[in-house]
Amino acid sequence: MDAILLQVLNGLDKGSAYALIALGLTLIFGTLGVVNFAHGALFMIGAFCAVTLQKILNLSSITIDPTQTDFLGNPLKVKTPYVINWFGEVAGSAIINWSVPLAILVAIPVMLAVGYVMERGLIKHFYKRPHADQILVTFGLAIVLQEIIKANYGANPIPTPAPDAFHGSYDFGVMIGFEANAIIYPVWRLIYFCFSALVIGAVFAFLRFTTFGMVVRAGMADRETVGLLGINIDKRFTIMFGIAAAVAGLAGVMYTPINSPNYHMGMDFLVLSFVVVVVGGMGSLPGAVLAGFLLGVLESFASMNAVKGFFEAIYLPSIDQIVIYLVAIIVLLTRPRGLLGRKGVMEE
Amino acid sequence: MLGLDKKNSALLLIVIALTVFAPFLMNPFPQSSGLAQFNAGYPDLMQRFVIFGIFAIGFNILFGLTGYLSFGHAAFLGVGSYAAVWMFKLLSMNIVPAIVLSVIVAGLFSLLIGFISLRRSGIYFSILTLAFAQMSFALAYSVLTPLTNGETGLQVYNDDPQILLGNGPTVTHLFGFEMNSTSTLALGDWAFQFNMGYYVSAVMMVLAFYLSMRIFNSPFGLMLRAIKTNQTRLNYTGVSTRPYTLAAFVISGMYAGLAGGLMASMDPLAGAERMQWTASGEVVLMVILGGAGTLIGPILGAGFIKYFENIFSKINENVLHGWFAALPDGLENAIVWVLHFFVGKGWHLTLGLLFMLIVIFLPGGLVEGGQRIGRLFKRKKSGDDASNTKPAE
Amino acid sequence: MSKSNFTRRGLLKTGAVAGAGLAVPTVFDGSVWAGSHSGYRNAPQGDTVTFGFNVPQSGPYADEGADELRAYKLAVEHLNGEGDGGCLSTFSSQALNGAGVLGKKVAYVTGDTQTKSDAARASAKSMIEKDGAIMITGGSSSGVAIAVQGLCQEAGVVFMAGLTHSNDTTGKDKKANGFRHFFNGYMSGAALAPVLKGAYGSDRRAYHLTADYTWGWTQQESIQAATEAVGWQTVNNVLTPLATTDFSSYIAPVLNSGADVLVLNHYGGNMVNSLTNAVQFGLRDKMVNGKQFEIVVPLYSELMAKGAGANIEGVYGSTNWSWTLQDAGTKAFVKSFGTKYGFPPSNAAQTVYAQTLLYADAAERAGTFNPCGIAEALEDFNFDGLGNGPTFYRGSDHQCFKDVLVMQGKTDPANEYDALEIVEVTPRAQVEYAVDHPMFAGGDLGSCNPGA
Repeated sequence: MDAILLQVLNGLDKGSAYALIALGLTLIFGTLGVVNFAHGALFMIGAFCAVTLQKILNLSSITIDPTQTDFLGNPLKVKTPYVINWFGEVAGSAIINWSVPLAILVAIPVMLAVGYVMERGLIKHFYKRPHADQILVTFGLAIVLQEIIKANYGANPIPTPAPDAFHGSYDFGVMIGFEANAIIYPVWRLIYFCFSALVIGAVFAFLRFTTFGMVVRAGMADRETVGLLGINIDKRFTIMFGIAAAVAGLAGVMYTPINSPNYHMGMDFLVLSFVVVVVGGMGSLPGAVLAGFLLGVLESFASMNAVKGFFEAIYLPSIDQIVIYLVAIIVLLTRPRGLLGRKGVMEE
Repeated sequence: MLGLDKKNSALLLIVIALTVFAPFLMNPFPQSSGLAQFNAGYPDLMQRFVIFGIFAIGFNILFGLTGYLSFGHAAFLGVGSYAAVWMFKLLSMNIVPAIVLSVIVAGLFSLLIGFISLRRSGIYFSILTLAFAQMSFALAYSVLTPLTNGETGLQVYNDDPQILLGNGPTVTHLFGFEMNSTSTLALGDWAFQFNMGYYVSAVMMVLAFYLSMRIFNSPFGLMLRAIKTNQTRLNYTGVSTRPYTLAAFVISGMYAGLAGGLMASMDPLAGAERMQWTASGEVVLMVILGGAGTLIGPILGAGFIKYFENIFSKINENVLHGWFAALPDGLENAIVWVLHFFVGKGWHLTLGLLFMLIVIFLPGGLVEGGQRIGRLFKRKKSGDDASNTKPAE
Repeated sequence: MSKSNFTRRGLLKTGAVAGAGLAVPTVFDGSVWAGSHSGYRNAPQGDTVTFGFNVPQSGPYADEGADELRAYKLAVEHLNGEGDGGCLSTFSSQALNGAGVLGKKVAYVTGDTQTKSDAARASAKSMIEKDGAIMITGGSSSGVAIAVQGLCQEAGVVFMAGLTHSNDTTGKDKKANGFRHFFNGYMSGAALAPVLKGAYGSDRRAYHLTADYTWGWTQQESIQAATEAVGWQTVNNVLTPLATTDFSSYIAPVLNSGADVLVLNHYGGNMVNSLTNAVQFGLRDKMVNGKQFEIVVPLYSELMAKGAGANIEGVYGSTNWSWTLQDAGTKAFVKSFGTKYGFPPSNAAQTVYAQTLLYADAAERAGTFNPCGIAEALEDFNFDGLGNGPTFYRGSDHQCFKDVLVMQGKTDPANEYDALEIVEVTPRAQVEYAVDHPMFAGGDLGSCNPGA
């Protein structure tokens, strides 16, 4: 029982990352009709906003300490971050320590700008082109973006820890009557889950309860008519692209303490997020979120030893390697347009 | 000629000429010049050009004609390779049984996957094929290691049964002609390499190309184009499209199997990465870059990508310094500093940029680029310009 | 304009081609570079000899590849008598003197393995077929090393393996043309187990998470055997898919399994993530079975330590070498590497540097670049002064035997290169094994192939 609860938690946590990325992907597809293979790269750029901020906060003044030597026997250069020089030891260290949450503030404008530039500069010209061209050009863009990051930050993962206050884990089990250590879960992952729930809620509320959102939804349903009504739908769609980029970027920022970011992290999520979107049903926002959580939970269950053992007994070993794809196949064969997909979208 | 119209015959002859003289054409720069770095006329790369050409030609029969975008074709290439290496392990190093089996196995595998995946269309079809291919890759890398030798890749060991080996060659061969035997023609400052394996692959590619021409111009090919144009209308007129798409899927799967079998024949090792989604994506890129739905496009696209992968990745800073050594030091270093982002470890960046440039400016791929250049030269005869490489639409 | 750069074209200008056929076209079999009478593949013509450095330059191991490449460039400089000479002066065999190898200047070509067997072989083939490389070296994973080793055996050139830790490289998949200086899974186990026993006691219950491919399996097998020999029990061994980035669902059940040690048989990005996740779950703050919960990472690398950051504090692992060693060879190498690049070398860099020098020295002593001559010179060769202490290149499987370092993550590292400290230098005798040890059985070295 406790093991199952634990994996549900895990699944929700994994699922929240999938859901956030898939949400943005669907948003772009639903509004602009563009298949964006660079969406994983936006997630990665978000994460590197956090890395960059951490790097900036750690910019240091160098003083030479003749009493110590470095590994070559030269006098040691001692680095002191400027923020510590300016704000003093305590406040300065605290600022550096909180660089990941602070990066959220940086990432929102940066990602909106990146999204805006991307849409106006490139994607705009591909609305009328076949999906295959869209895939190719955004895939090319994804490669370019990740190579730029690689050239600047290297290929090695860069540790970006959460603030000390959020270190460690929280013992849930004790709270609901299990013995100690039965269900413990890292604090930061809980924050990640809550954060993504918040973001998803905000996006839905925005689309549901604002005039802007209403127009966008109308545009998703019938772009031409909305245009005929004298509404500049293109401008709104550009803003939606920016928002989708910001959602992916925020997912990236908050993900950095969970796994150290590297230039490749976007590609790692790309295929998975497409599977999520398609399983959810092309063009359906609730479908993307639902599929994200569903696949996250199933993936976690599949890694349980008992489940692995069961599948091994029926000659299907390593179920955890293939569960996502197996589920995708089953869903698509039983529900032709994914869980909540609309008829006629991307079926040609 | 051979059931082809005049234009297609000419195209076939051009392809034959290009493959026959590739060792010369790929080696245009003298060895002692700085540009020799760009020579591609060595056996391994030439083999790759034609083998990936076969793979792309086959993929084009599915994607270019029917519009069905498969993201899992690398799986068929992978099983083809595994089948071929198993033939080497069990029988002998003769490539004939290996290639035959690889085509059969890939055909059966694609029949199975195509039968299931073609129940859906559009992106749902793409994701189904992707899912099958990724499952194949994950299993080949781990659980199926006894069959695939996992991470290391399946290879031939000295203690394998090889029941027909006898005193035959221990390298891959075609009835005694060894695939890795190379004759070199040294002509002045050039050294042209003629490799047995390359010519065997090239013959296969020419045959594959001829077959794809026949398919393109057959009633079957016409039906496939009709599916791409308007499947619903076909269904309303009472035509069941599934057998046609499935046939196209299996044919392209067998092409992939042939490519896989040839790859294993040139180099008897089959790695699981061949089946990864990136490998499937690569063939999609080849076809779109070259020009989907055109006859020659896929071959051009395959050559383009393989050229960058193998030539640009090998240009290091040392080579750059060699090129610009004649310039003043400051300028030399500046140029090298800029260029080193695009070559060597940065070759991916160049490839990504070129993808974008080609898609943005040449929607029809490299073939369209060729046509535009061609049109520049023969403006006058523009009335009769519908060349046979026009996109299928 | 600046100092002369020896590239392939230098070789070619004076090389075979120009000499062979200015006027009369000549046709001969085999590679163009092989003189018809040299008797081996790619025999160097003219006054340079070309080495092929095949390292990952794209993909997750690109930084490790970059560090290997730095060491290679340094080795070439030293062989050609440039720079401060590095380990040439400390190397016990004094055959090399900075005048190139066998009187020929060393040139090199580079390629990208992409950490994929296929791409690595394509890259190696292009070096052999196009650039006339006399030997191939490098790599950052066992799959690639074994694939390229097989290729070099067929092509008839020498392969000096880079970073490859699987038992199979010199076990099941050993080849007469391939040589490994790096240590392996068995040695990690043999070195770690006694230290772990000393630190954590002999009554421990271990839970293994293992990367689900051949390297992971061989290392897990080795560690399990070695720790069980000192009295530990193995609670479970869970295989994790290669593509896993988030290990939470594998780590979550560990605390409840009754285990009190977690062994992470992962490498590279996998290891950084699994260790980070394990620390996130607070495993190391817990008490299980009345003991402090511990984590072990059998194979360490400096880059992984850097990527894992503070999570690595106090965690035991093993490495092939460390720049913090104090012998003369290490000091010489660290000094020239640090002076040139500004930071200390990784143990991947050291192994490829040593491999390059060992190859050059073998050629010098053999008096030929013929792979069979090289093999003869390297087999059962005893040497010292390259940083690993007295080392023995065993002839029967082409594996180096030397001391193995047990390392521990530092609690308060002075800088990002100083994340690991040496706990014990495990003497060579303790990590040796017989050629026919069951974990290495099944291979066939074959005979050396000169290729022509």
